[in-house]
Parts: sequence; C-alpha cells; structure tokens
Amino acid sequence: MAEREQKKKTTTERTEEVVEDVPGASATGDKLKAELDDLLDEIDEVLEDNAEEFVRNYVQKGGE
Amino acid sequence: MAIQKVCGIETEYGIQVVHGDPNPIAASSVLINAYAHDVARQQTGWDFEDEAPGNDARGFARDDAMPPQVETHLVNTVLTNGARYYVDHAHPEYSTPECGDALECLRYDRAGELILIRSMEAADLAVHDGSRLVIYKNNSDGKGNSYGAHENYLMDRSAPFTRIVAEITPHFVTRQIFAGSGKVGAETSIHDGRRVDFQLSQRAEFFEEQVGLETTLKRPIVNTRDEPHADPHRYRRLHVIVGDANLAEVATFLKVGTTALVLAMIEDDVSGSRSLVLADPVTAMHDVALDLTFTTPLPMADGSTATALAIQWELFSQARKYADDRGLACMGDEAVGEEVLRRWEAVLNGLETDPMSLHRQLDWVAKLQMIEGYRERHGCDWGDHRLAALDLQYHDLRPSRSLFARMNTETLVDEASVVAAVTEPPRGTRAWFRGQCLKKWPAAVVTANWDSLVFDLGTDPLRRVPMMDPLKGTADHVEELLDACATPTELLDRLSS
Repeated sequence: MAEREQKKKTTTERTEEVVEDVPGASATGDKLKAELDDLLDEIDEVLEDNAEEFVRNYVQKGGE
Repeated sequence: MAIQKVCGIETEYGIQVVHGDPNPIAASSVLINAYAHDVARQQTGWDFEDEAPGNDARGFARDDAMPPQVETHLVNTVLTNGARYYVDHAHPEYSTPECGDALECLRYDRAGELILIRSMEAADLAVHDGSRLVIYKNNSDGKGNSYGAHENYLMDRSAPFTRIVAEITPHFVTRQIFAGSGKVGAETSIHDGRRVDFQLSQRAEFFEEQVGLETTLKRPIVNTRDEPHADPHRYRRLHVIVGDANLAEVATFLKVGTTALVLAMIEDDVSGSRSLVLADPVTAMHDVALDLTFTTPLPMADGSTATALAIQWELFSQARKYADDRGLACMGDEAVGEEVLRRWEAVLNGLETDPMSLHRQLDWVAKLQMIEGYRERHGCDWGDHRLAALDLQYHDLRPSRSLFARMNTETLVDEASVVAAVTEPPRGTRAWFRGQCLKKWPAAVVTANWDSLVFDLGTDPLRRVPMMDPLKGTADHVEELLDACATPTELLDRLSS
C-alpha cells in the first residue's frame, strides 16, 4: 500500500514540472519518466516475491 | 585483403530447477531432449571426429594448462538452421550456425533465445512431477561461478597470432563500455577493498591473464584455442571468451560487428592499435568495468594514459578510415559494415554526452536505469536483495517473467525473420548445406559437425562429406544441386563424380 501512495506522489510532482519547464524539453522528460513509472509498476508485479531466497537459490556450476 | 569475417556466438545458458531434482546436467538433458524430440523432431547427433580443444594457437601448451575435456556422452544435437544445441558441462548451450555478417549473427543468436523458450515450454509438458525449468541468458550466478558466451571469427591463417593478441587486446578490454550486460555488486576478490555497487560487465572480473588456453580457470583475455573447424592451412577460428551474453540487440550487433572490423584491420596489418598498448590489460579490464563515467585513466605501455572511451574513439577512427580506403567486403555485407560504423559512432557519442540516453540500446544502461528507478521508488540501498533479484530476473527468458522483455529496447531484426531463423539456415555459409541436408534427409544424416556430415545410405560404409571451407556449401553453390537430387544417394554420387 505504501508503494502505491509513493507512486501517486511522484505523478503529482511530475505534473508540476511540466508547468515550470520549457514545454518541449519537459514533455520529453515527462514521457520518459512516465514510461519508467509504468515499467516499475510492472516490475512490482512480476518481481519474485522472496528476493533473498530467489537470489540465494540461484547457484550455477562454472561452465565453458 | 582481409577475408570475410564469418562469425558465430556460443551461449551457455543458466538453468534453474524449481521444485525438483536440482542436478543441472539432468535438467539440461531434459530441456534439450524435449526440444529435439517434441518440437524439432530432430535426431541427428554431433560428430566428435574434429574436436581438439587442447590445441594451442601459439604452437605450444604450458604444462600446467588445463584445456577443456570433450564430453561425448551428453545430449548433443544439430538443428536444421545449422546450429548446435547441446549439454556443455552443466549448462544448455546453443551455438549459432556460421553467419555471413554481424546482423545475421544477431538474428541467429535471437533465434537461439526462441529455441530455449520453446524448450522450456516443451519440458513443462514433458515432466509431470511439479518441477519447472527456468533458463537465464546471463553469465554468472553472483556467487563466483561464471559461464560463457563465446564468439568465433574466421581469420586468415597467415595473420601472425602474436599480432592478433597484441592488437585485439585493447578492444577486448574496452568494448565492455557498450557490450557489457551490467551486474549488481562483485563476486570475486579482484576488487578487494573497493566498494562495488554496479559493474559494466558480468564477466570482466573473472579474467586473470592476457593470453592462454584455459576457459574455466585463470581465464585469459585472448584465448589461444586453435581448433579451426576448417582447413587449418588457410583458416584460423579466433575463439573469443571475453564477452557477456547480451539481450539488447544493438549491444549484440555492436559486440560482433566492431570485433569483426578490428580483426579485419589486424589481418590487413593496418591497425594502429600498437600505439594503444595497455601497460596492464588485466587490471585495466577490471578497472573499466567499475568506471561508469569513463574517466579512469588507464596506464599505457608508453607511459601515457587513456580512458576506455578514448581508446574506443581511436579504434573507431581507424575503422572509419579503413572502410573509406578499402571498403567493407570483409564484413560480409557492405551495408551491414556501414551500419556497424554508424551505430558504433552513435553509441560512443551517447556514452560521452549522456550514457543513460542509451537505455534502449545497451544492456548495462537498461539494467542500471531500471535499478536506479527501483531504488528511488522503494528507497533501497545497494545491498538490498531486491536489486540482486532485479539483476537476475532481467535475464530470465520466460516472457511472463523477463524484465528485459519489458524494457522496450530497440530492435534491429524483425521477429518474423528470427522465427524463420529457428529452422532455416543462413544462405551465405556452409551452414546452408548442413541445414538443408538435415531438413531434406533427416534419417540419412547420422551425425554432423562444423566441417562434415556423415550419411548412412543403408550400405556400408558410412559416407563422410567434408566441408573444410566455411564459405562453400552456400545456397549459391549448392541450392540447384540439392533441388535436383531426390535421394541422398544421388547427392553423394554427384558430389563424388
């Protein structure tokens, strides 16, 4: 839940930047940031639940 | 003139068993058998006649050198696209067929990813014990165990090996600034005493020598394995073990394309990289991996210093001049050669002015941007397990889980051509003959390897067809002949007449 709130806050800040900045430049930056936010939303959904266990269990033998 | 840089990539994939027998050799066998039997319906095995990975290009081998052993008992198959798909040590490995240029090499490397994805799906249907196989296209487990993504380039035997070693080393040390796949943290003692949050390369910290035969211990920047899989009097196959496996298409394309071009210059003895001799290539390689701003001065043999970016600019300038003076026939397709130069320049410009602007082109940038965004959103520090999880899951090949697949990176080959490359061989190399014979007469080709096919015509003895030239057996050479032959017996009769 905390994560959702944080994301909303970021969105508000981004809107304010559009008003203050040069229109063209901020529009591009805004688009990139929106894309990154969407990506992070998706990652929050698909990232393995127990990160510590997931990383610990990934053990490979050397190869080549 | 430099000969055409026929090239290929061998990728050892990471394999993880969830809820099942963790034995990676058994798991890799299940995976590849599921593909060979249920998807490709392919039975032709690999022929080990030609394998000699212990031969050293320097003409000698150190007594303490440990060349790899040839394992003949594990699953090993040849596909109709001319590729080899097999269990190597404890990993599934896919070797692209011989490709005529860097773009084709990218396409067949991508086809390999599709083959591994289809293999996972086939294995899921084949096993009923609740276990799942998960495949990763990466190069280390984060715990000090590394596995490779090797490249191969066809070279003229007349180019002295000592010159190749001296002049390719600066490229191998510095190309990671665009070809690295990125990694959270460090896993060897190389960087002792230094804080390492993120490295450009997965592999850089595993390299301990400038030149040598080994691939699993004391890994060398230039590998001396001398196993041409072709006429040894005319050809050399440079076996390159220094790279990361890439997912970003631009990174794969540039890794292979720039290396092919620098090797062509070395072959024509116009490379000025003798002026780019590093004082200590191994240490430089480790330092470059840690330098996300490309400002670390690397000590040169002549007492000066240069940054990795400056070395890459110098190599690019030489390559641009070489192309203008001599053309780009060495790159297989002149237009592909020009595209390599154009992209190389654009990426160096990007790295110089705003590295993060390359998040759609380069793996390490895409990964770092994702991680920095995650850190900001969740307020985690670099030691947080979630960052290591992001790093690992970036390389997960499952479409439902892959983080890379969500990055919206730039593509250079269209998906339909990648799908076709899963079953169709390249037209411009001997892979075409191999693949077409396997498609046409799967039961008659009993074994195959890079430089021959063995046919069983139902009569003794078995018949071996040698293919000692990677640039013969192309569609131009044999398409008409193959079309005209109704049976393998007819083909062999006409080949021997």
